[in-house]
Amino acid sequence: MPTLKVRKGSVAAVTLRAVLPPGFHANSNTPTDEYLIPLTLKWTGGPLQVDGITYPKGSLEKYPFSAKPLSVVTGEFSVSTKFKVPADAANGAAAQNGTLKYQACNDRMCFAPKSVPVTVTLEIE
Amino acid sequence: MVRELRFIAIVGVAALLGLVACSPTQPTRAVVKEDSKRQHAPDFALKDANGKLVHLADYKGKVVLLDFWATWCGPCVIEIPWFTEFQRKYKDRGFEVVGVSMDDDGWKSINPFVHQKKINYRIVLGDDTTGDLYGGLEALPTTFVIDRNGRIAAVHVGLASRKDFEDAIEKLLQAPAGLPDRINSGSAD
Repeated sequence: MPTLKVRKGSVAAVTLRAVLPPGFHANSNTPTDEYLIPLTLKWTGGPLQVDGITYPKGSLEKYPFSAKPLSVVTGEFSVSTKFKVPADAANGAAAQNGTLKYQACNDRMCFAPKSVPVTVTLEIE
Repeated sequence: MVRELRFIAIVGVAALLGLVACSPTQPTRAVVKEDSKRQHAPDFALKDANGKLVHLADYKGKVVLLDFWATWCGPCVIEIPWFTEFQRKYKDRGFEVVGVSMDDDGWKSINPFVHQKKINYRIVLGDDTTGDLYGGLEALPTTFVIDRNGRIAAVHVGLASRKDFEDAIEKLLQAPAGLPDRINSGSAD
């Protein structure tokens, strides 16, 4: 897997790009109903400090099974994270780990929420 | 089979993570199976909102609509008022709805939802073991219509039509329980 080179004391950005097949949607990170499971990226370990996560803007879409439009992501979308690289980070190889949680449906059925591991391989200098 | 979400890159790293899952895309429209083709519905022991253990065997002699659902499942929510009406309409003829919630955070989500939607039938908290017994539950809602002899007469995967459910229930209520009552622990197809 290609490695992200970062400098101590600087900032870094990582963008996850993902795609859903036609006919599928996942809730955005701000769903319109309290029971819906939001798109959520959590960074769980690694030397970098999270300085902000930017989620894709949900689009309001109407489905046969919903009385009101839902805030969803469809097709290709990106989730971006800004990191600070600590000045005292250890030189060398490291990994930043996280999980992306999403819950997808098509227009007739829904699939169990999934938490997918994300790993960014780092070279700190 | 169609994949759900797939990572196509991490910018800066340009790696494809290959996160995929195979999922059905078309709902299964169930026809009531002929008598000879019905398999026995696997028994289960799941807790209801009062902590009481509920077994499918408790419903011996009744027609049961067994609905696997979740509060986060929009198509499931569409069907719930139908099932509430079926419970009211057919209960005295030997019919029961049992809802198996697959909500990971359990009664914390389920209880207020049941209250809000005025659900009048029994809800139990499901688990992966029970889901596996019933074929793996690739999608929700997945609904089984079980005859008086504890055999699976119809299966619906995805949002189904109210009429299909009601036709199945009426047909099964008209048939008497005639075979030896037996609910085994095998898997459903």
